[in-house]
Amino acid sequence: MSKTLFDKVWDTHVVRKIEGGPDVLFIDRHLIHEVTSPVAFLGLKSRGIKVLYPERTFATADHNTPTINQHLPVADPLSANQLKALESNSNEYGISHWGLGHQKNGIVHVVGPEYGITQPGATIVCGDSHTSTHGAFGAIAFGIGTSEVEMVLSTQCIMQPKPKKMRINVNGKLGVGVTPKDVALFIISQLTTSGATGYFVEYAGDVFENMTMEGRMTVCNLSIEMGARGGMIAPDETTINYVKGREFSPKGEAWDRALAYYKTLKTDADAVFDKELTFDGSSIEPMITYGTNPGMGMGISHDIPDAAHAEGGAATYAKSLGYMGFSEGESMIGKKIDFVFVGSCTNGRIEDFRAFTSIVKGRHKADDVTVWLVPGSHIVEAQIKEEGLLDILTEAGFELRQPGCSACLAMNDDKIPAGKYAVSTSNRNFEGRQGPGSRTMLASPLVAAAAAVTGVVTDPRTLIEELV
Amino acid sequence: MAYDKFNILKSTAVPLPIENVDTDQLIPARFLKATERVGFGDNLFRDWRYNPDNTPKKDFVLNNPVYSGKILVGGKNFGSGSSREHAAWAVYDYGFRCVVSSFFADIFRNNCLNIGVLPVQVSPEFSEKIFAAIFADPNTELEVNLPEQTITLLATGEKEKFEISPYKKDNMLNGFDDIDYLQSIKPEIEEFALQLPL
Repeated sequence: MSKTLFDKVWDTHVVRKIEGGPDVLFIDRHLIHEVTSPVAFLGLKSRGIKVLYPERTFATADHNTPTINQHLPVADPLSANQLKALESNSNEYGISHWGLGHQKNGIVHVVGPEYGITQPGATIVCGDSHTSTHGAFGAIAFGIGTSEVEMVLSTQCIMQPKPKKMRINVNGKLGVGVTPKDVALFIISQLTTSGATGYFVEYAGDVFENMTMEGRMTVCNLSIEMGARGGMIAPDETTINYVKGREFSPKGEAWDRALAYYKTLKTDADAVFDKELTFDGSSIEPMITYGTNPGMGMGISHDIPDAAHAEGGAATYAKSLGYMGFSEGESMIGKKIDFVFVGSCTNGRIEDFRAFTSIVKGRHKADDVTVWLVPGSHIVEAQIKEEGLLDILTEAGFELRQPGCSACLAMNDDKIPAGKYAVSTSNRNFEGRQGPGSRTMLASPLVAAAAAVTGVVTDPRTLIEELV
Repeated sequence: MAYDKFNILKSTAVPLPIENVDTDQLIPARFLKATERVGFGDNLFRDWRYNPDNTPKKDFVLNNPVYSGKILVGGKNFGSGSSREHAAWAVYDYGFRCVVSSFFADIFRNNCLNIGVLPVQVSPEFSEKIFAAIFADPNTELEVNLPEQTITLLATGEKEKFEISPYKKDNMLNGFDDIDYLQSIKPEIEEFALQLPL
């Protein structure tokens, strides 16, 4: 029988099917961080059980960590306690731990791929909804709750009903100034924040085939923002070239075996999806969000839609625009902004900093804007320096912070103050997400850069040389 | 973690007719710093419930003494966003045992089922009826019958069936969790692991 990419990877990992219940799914790689793991370890302790395969779990601290002065003790006692718990739990159960100060420390969804933990055709979970990122490699990767973290630690399995399957095709040439982030925000704006709930998505078409792994990770990362548990892209030469030779990638004969498996990982020609959607890539503009969920996005040159054309009830829509201080029918262009955040598991990779730098080069940071540039990992940080981007950024009045989740969810000190506007390359514009009362506009690193140098929402295409 | 068994729940309900309630609203990230599962109910809907100076916001439903009960009735797409199980813990710890909505986000629904909060998905029409009934009479009671898989507006007797997998239903009725099950098939898992491609 014909199978989709998703079917192939899922079916390979089903230990047992329960009549009238979920599948028992084996998990190849498990990533943990400080926030969603401590209670799972407490559960293991209270039940008196061990971690079944400690070598399949990797721990990194990211959600709570400061992004300046990482060599100093963490000031917030609660954060410090959580970081310590991750370290002591990892040590107790024999799990690799990349804590603050460790060379491999960084955002879990940035370091996993960088070190080759992420593999095509693998099942990967983490107590974090943006685990969908790893689907860029043709893995089944999705976020789980803490009870499930405990399941994976103790038995390397979780119990999941098999989701429905959706394919999203995007073909055509992307316009100048249109990035993978814009493609993702465009798709989410079309599907709404719940339009893919219950589905696992496969992204197909030349727009994704032509993307780098960094771009594919940005797209898959945002799958959860339309409700999908995950999204995946079939592995190809780009994928294999990225994976080969990384520290935890298979080597020697194991690599040859892995390669043979990777090559089977594509959807059969006549496989059937429960839902299939197709979009024209050339029609996508640089995107920006105007509301309080990632589905409330539009091309940057458009006006904020009327409630009549918006998804969700009128009351919910009015509440959302009221929170943002915006009105129906307004243009976003020219709106004053206070903060810019570039980073997160969505856009904290080297390409994102290259894109940001391409716009700010030869320009200067707007005086009344605070800009936080936060690399996703030490590798990204080192690349920014090696490629000379840091010199350009410094010249333009910007500083680089240290790796971590930072203002994406504002668990550390990187909080946008109440009422202030931030253009952020992260993944969620929920009320208070970036700090109590903060107002977030999600966008690409190019849109972030255009805002950072002008102090207002600006179409980046007006600043790109080949277009001006 | 073992939890209370769920059978038939008869209770008044708290209405929250807002769509796309995300888990950042259920519990903001700054309250996720605990290393034990205690006290999350105090911060359920923290920023909708309290002003920055920690005084209660009078217009938020949890601060309105007229509404109470063990059932929370939310708008469409309840629990979207972050996978934080803390959101379900906060709902449970506050005292809710059941959340009713016309549509749930996947991860939140799973998390609820794993900790003993019953997510009941109803039709949009029945959801409207429930909201109307509660707003007309905050003392009106709902009955959630897990064995029968029904939810009933007791005042009028109107009822609707809801879906739950037989496996999860059995777990909730008995207070079992998935770890009990997975532990029992460990030898099978270990044998399975030997033949994986990676």
